[in-house]
Amino acid sequence: MPFIKEFGSYLPSRVVSSQEAGAWVNTLAEWVVNVSGIEERRFAAAEESVSDMAVAAARDCLQRSGVEASDVDMVLVSSGSGERQFPGPAAETALKLGIPGVPAIDLPMASAGALFGLSLASRLTEQVGKVLVIAAEKMSRVVAREPRERGVAVLFGDGAGAALVTPDEGFAEVLDSEIASDGRFAPDLCLDWNRPLKMNGRTVILQASRKIPGAIRSLLERNAVDPKSVPVYLLHQANQNLIVRVADAIGVPTERFFSNIAKYGNTSSASMLIAASEWMNSHKLSKGDPVVFAAFGAGFHWGSLLARVC
Amino acid sequence: MDRRAKIVELIRQVTKLDLNPAPDESLFDSGLLDSFALPDLIGAMEKEFSITIPDADLNPRKFDTIERIEEYLGSRG
Repeated sequence: MPFIKEFGSYLPSRVVSSQEAGAWVNTLAEWVVNVSGIEERRFAAAEESVSDMAVAAARDCLQRSGVEASDVDMVLVSSGSGERQFPGPAAETALKLGIPGVPAIDLPMASAGALFGLSLASRLTEQVGKVLVIAAEKMSRVVAREPRERGVAVLFGDGAGAALVTPDEGFAEVLDSEIASDGRFAPDLCLDWNRPLKMNGRTVILQASRKIPGAIRSLLERNAVDPKSVPVYLLHQANQNLIVRVADAIGVPTERFFSNIAKYGNTSSASMLIAASEWMNSHKLSKGDPVVFAAFGAGFHWGSLLARVC
Repeated sequence: MDRRAKIVELIRQVTKLDLNPAPDESLFDSGLLDSFALPDLIGAMEKEFSITIPDADLNPRKFDTIERIEEYLGSRG
């Protein structure tokens, strides 16, 4: 049985307000908050790399788990904002954690990467042992690319999240997951090397508004779980307005959808695990509670994962 | 009520504005529909016309004007 043992996170210290971000594109902070729910985000220092942030989140996760890095059997690192075309940050992250030789696999997927990582780790853990899933993003370098677009530049932030998946024990058992991809929409949300991020916002929102609730509904239905019985939904923090729409579509109060996008913005693939880490730190868990994860992003890739507190 | 009038009524419901857009007026470029109102309009049309619009058809261009919406709905029978 796969279990989630712990989460961890790292946020850089520099706070960038929506007033500051809005000024890059001649936009008021009120507009930014209105269209996204984002009040501020964190930006990494110039010398801070994706793997630096990945290592910080991983160490936080391992420390909370009481597990040594040397006990990790596989590392999965999701990032759509790494420094190089290849290799991605996974091998470097494992090296900095002091575990060279451990297989370290990159998931260059952007927003849905952490969800795919958790799903893959849950399927692999019985064969390989402890799998450390990390998602780290330095989106500040992406939003700095000219020309800056109003609908893109103000959305993103930097950060990293991590989760430890084990085959034998943890705070929650992973019961099921579903992941899917549709390459027809690849041009609608993409990042070419040294080019600004390209996003067809209408298509992204339209598809995400359908696919996230669809993935959640089908997962819960086949596991005979009533959406109303789920006390917490942990989503990729893309946009507060999208989170509200997903909650409406599922038919549960928005308050069940943990949200920290106001503080950190959209940290792409890192956001779901950062949210999970904060949620775990601030909420009391009850045995038997279902927990639902879901994400949607460039690719398009999307999916959902169901766990139950042990 | 004919189909065009129903579409206009749905747009009014979704935008909560008493609008009367021209049939060939871009609902997006004119600012009548934003990214988040479009999914609401699609959902309202599915309910009103008793159809399911598949994800593969969810291309904003198909719903950019009243004429295009009519054309799409016509293609669905």
